[in-house]
Amino acid sequence: MDLIRWIRRNLVILAGLATLAYLILPNVIVLVFSFNKPNGRFNYAWQRFSTDAWTDPCGVPDLCGSLSLSLQLAVWATLGATVLGTMIAFALARYRFRARPAVNSLIFLPMAMPEVVMAASLATLFLNMGVGFGFWTILIAHIMFCLSFVVTAVKARVMSMDPRLEQAAQDLYASPAQTFLRVTLPIAAPGIAAGALLSFALSFDDFIITNFNAGSTVTFPMFVWGSAQRGTPVQINVIGTAMFAVAVLCVLAGQLAGARRKRS
Amino acid sequence: MTATETREAAPVSAAPRNVRKRLVPYWLLLPGILWLLVFFVAPLVYQASTSVQTGSLEEGFRVTWHVQTYWDALTEYTPQFLRSVLYAATATVLCLLLGYPLAYLIAFRAGRWRNLLMVLVIAPFFTSFLIRTLAWKTILADGGPVVGVLNSLHILDVTSGLGITEGQRVLATPLAVVCGLTYNFLPFMILPLYTSLERIDGRLHEAARDLYARPVTVFRKVTFPLSMPGVVAGTLLTFIPAAGDYINAELLGSTDQKMIGNVIQSQFLRVLDYPTAAALSFLLMAAILAMVTVYIRKAGTEDLV
Amino acid sequence: MTQPTTTGGDVRLDGISKTYGSFTAVHPLDLHIPAGSFFALLGASGCGKTTTLRMIAGLEEPTTGTIRLAGDDVTALPPHRRPVNTVFQSYALFPHLDIYENVAFGLRRRGIKSVKRQVGEMLDLVQLGDFARRRPQQLSGGQQQRVALARALINHPRVLLLDEPLGALDLKLRRQMQLELKRIQTEVGITFVHVTHDQEEAMTMADTVAVMNGGRVEQLGAPAELYESPGTTFVANFLGTSNLIEAEITDKSGGELLLTAAGGRLTLPAGRCGAPARTGAAVLVGVRPEKISLTPAEDTGAVPAARNRMTGRIADSSFIGVSTQYVVATPDGAELAVYEQNIERDPRLVPGAEVVLHWSPAHTFGLDPAQDIDAGTDISTEGEAA
Repeated sequence: MDLIRWIRRNLVILAGLATLAYLILPNVIVLVFSFNKPNGRFNYAWQRFSTDAWTDPCGVPDLCGSLSLSLQLAVWATLGATVLGTMIAFALARYRFRARPAVNSLIFLPMAMPEVVMAASLATLFLNMGVGFGFWTILIAHIMFCLSFVVTAVKARVMSMDPRLEQAAQDLYASPAQTFLRVTLPIAAPGIAAGALLSFALSFDDFIITNFNAGSTVTFPMFVWGSAQRGTPVQINVIGTAMFAVAVLCVLAGQLAGARRKRS
Repeated sequence: MTATETREAAPVSAAPRNVRKRLVPYWLLLPGILWLLVFFVAPLVYQASTSVQTGSLEEGFRVTWHVQTYWDALTEYTPQFLRSVLYAATATVLCLLLGYPLAYLIAFRAGRWRNLLMVLVIAPFFTSFLIRTLAWKTILADGGPVVGVLNSLHILDVTSGLGITEGQRVLATPLAVVCGLTYNFLPFMILPLYTSLERIDGRLHEAARDLYARPVTVFRKVTFPLSMPGVVAGTLLTFIPAAGDYINAELLGSTDQKMIGNVIQSQFLRVLDYPTAAALSFLLMAAILAMVTVYIRKAGTEDLV
Repeated sequence: MTQPTTTGGDVRLDGISKTYGSFTAVHPLDLHIPAGSFFALLGASGCGKTTTLRMIAGLEEPTTGTIRLAGDDVTALPPHRRPVNTVFQSYALFPHLDIYENVAFGLRRRGIKSVKRQVGEMLDLVQLGDFARRRPQQLSGGQQQRVALARALINHPRVLLLDEPLGALDLKLRRQMQLELKRIQTEVGITFVHVTHDQEEAMTMADTVAVMNGGRVEQLGAPAELYESPGTTFVANFLGTSNLIEAEITDKSGGELLLTAAGGRLTLPAGRCGAPARTGAAVLVGVRPEKISLTPAEDTGAVPAARNRMTGRIADSSFIGVSTQYVVATPDGAELAVYEQNIERDPRLVPGAEVVLHWSPAHTFGLDPAQDIDAGTDISTEGEAA
């Protein structure tokens, strides 16, 4: 009787934690199977414990090459999308002009479009123009679909900023350029950082659009995709787990630093 | 100086400042919007023209206004279209049912665990989604623990009777594909839900309780209506990419679970029948746009854009 | 840029106006604010007072007119070139900078390298020396207010603009800060232009008050002058409370007008009548509630003959400590407010009692009857946000 009451009272918590388990389960599997030593080419069934893959993460041909390519792409795509997106976000958040609704729709559309449609369309353009597929076509595509996400993140931040802060800066003898550098940019920084982080994740993990526009260039997701056909090396689990760990550590470190700054 | 003189003089002296100011937003927009026009809008236009071309890879393609391609594509791939909508809709509903409790938990009940839970929701993103989807192959493997439990409870007999699993298998069935879609797009449901729930003033719950509402009623009359923007955004962010997805069907399904994304992908990258791929893209886009428009009307929130 | 000095400068507005599309926020306005004065722009939200202030600061461009600061035309100057500083509504402290850097902001922008001593002195002046390294979010409302003041004053502006600076504070703190601001203004000698919707605040602090309504200045003057001799029904009702009675001029004798109102006969000094003083013309007669005395009807004989008088019945009374407020209904249905000091309370003055209301003719004022008799009554207590 008490148990039933307790379950009823904590139903939301139990259901939420069940969902969390569903979300985390694959990561646990990826972690566990990074210590597997499979018999065949595929790493789907548990055989025996081994740290071989962890001691030799680049032991599979092309794996680390594709990883480094993906990281480079993500850095450049993040940079490009963040700069262009931040500029658009400021224009939309700070100014009233006639083309505003049209620009808003243009920003929204890429987010509301199935990736496969964007991917095929862009590839059609490149084919028609006779552009050779490779690093640059992937980068162009990544900047294109990351742009909208940066605009959304930065715009939200800038819109919620009190316009009086900028007026106060001007009132205190800051020229427009100084106002932007000393006040607007620092206050918008969390939004810009969020947009950049999202861009990095989206670009690094993108498969569909890259697959259509990469030609023979192989990014890390494309390597994984290919290996799903040919045979999955344990090393991709090692990379996946390492990325997960790095991400969690970065976020936790950031939070700790933030908490300490708040306390002092 | 007289009053009339000053009244005429002031706007003139302010004019150059005004013109420069009015041009600022356009300079800010220029590079980004140009990028989108060239690499997003122009491709769609090209795609539209490709969809009414005929020809072959050897002889080249020419615009012949061959609208028949659309009809052929639609009739030939009707099952894949319907499957895409069905799978995506099911996954969206499941995402909402699974995601809402977690978003609610993080927003109202997590206390000091809130940040940790948020990290756990977002962090899987950083393990490539392909690797994580492949992990489902292990989880749902034939003879694995999940299949074993479902089997011993005779659940698989029921689901196979309903046609969502096959015999003693989960992998390579509709269940596996929907499970993968739900898993992959769940964070896209949770994040907007959390954002809109987090904005709700906790005192509203107390006020509702004070006004004789039972907990269930508080949820039905206060919490849920106020979270509607999150629900609408979350369902759109889940449904749209799920309907165009082909990764889950490819990795977790068999040829009987192919979705429209698989068809576009193979027409474009393997068969090299560009007009059909283009026509299918446009049909998918039109279908999604139509459904989204109706949905937004029904849901009554148009402030998404 | 004008080199800042410690002395205030005067502000002269000539034909200043501001329109947004078809909406006129401020009608062409001429205003002179003398150097070193404490000037208040008083009005309800949307009356144009904040727009006027922002035009002086350079944050809004006037549609017409010129602005002069200490004789220089600054109309076309952007805000960062004007020797003017603002204390913003809700303060607009930079959340990413600590208190020290907030206060030093203006000095640094003007290229001053060694700011340490000045910032320290300024923080001491506002009693926040120990808080230099805190962030604005960690301070209370009153402390934030003082930071905003220090951040503006450290630049020694010719004119300090204050936009509802005390609006976010609770009543007690507001009273305290009013006196504090007044003290600082006297000390530094800078011209203060203060925008507020709180009539009490304006009257406590300012030397000169301009009452604004609908984008125009209704009346300008010293607080006592505005209160004792309001020129319009809006000022009469917005500044404190007024009893306004419709009357007719029946006769003129010497410097006095004889009126009939609600059956009674009243006297009004001709100099205090804001309406055309023709015999037979209508006029609105006004008197402040605290100027009226109440005498029970049976003691009518004790009322001095020279006083204006009306009869009525007490409809309601409420005791509020320093005074008792009565509502008295006259025979023709008008209701008058009367505030009596609680010095010696007559026990007969209870609801239902028949009374005589009487006051000195010198406290009577006459207004143009073409105006809305209720102008300014509902909005005087309107919310904080302008």
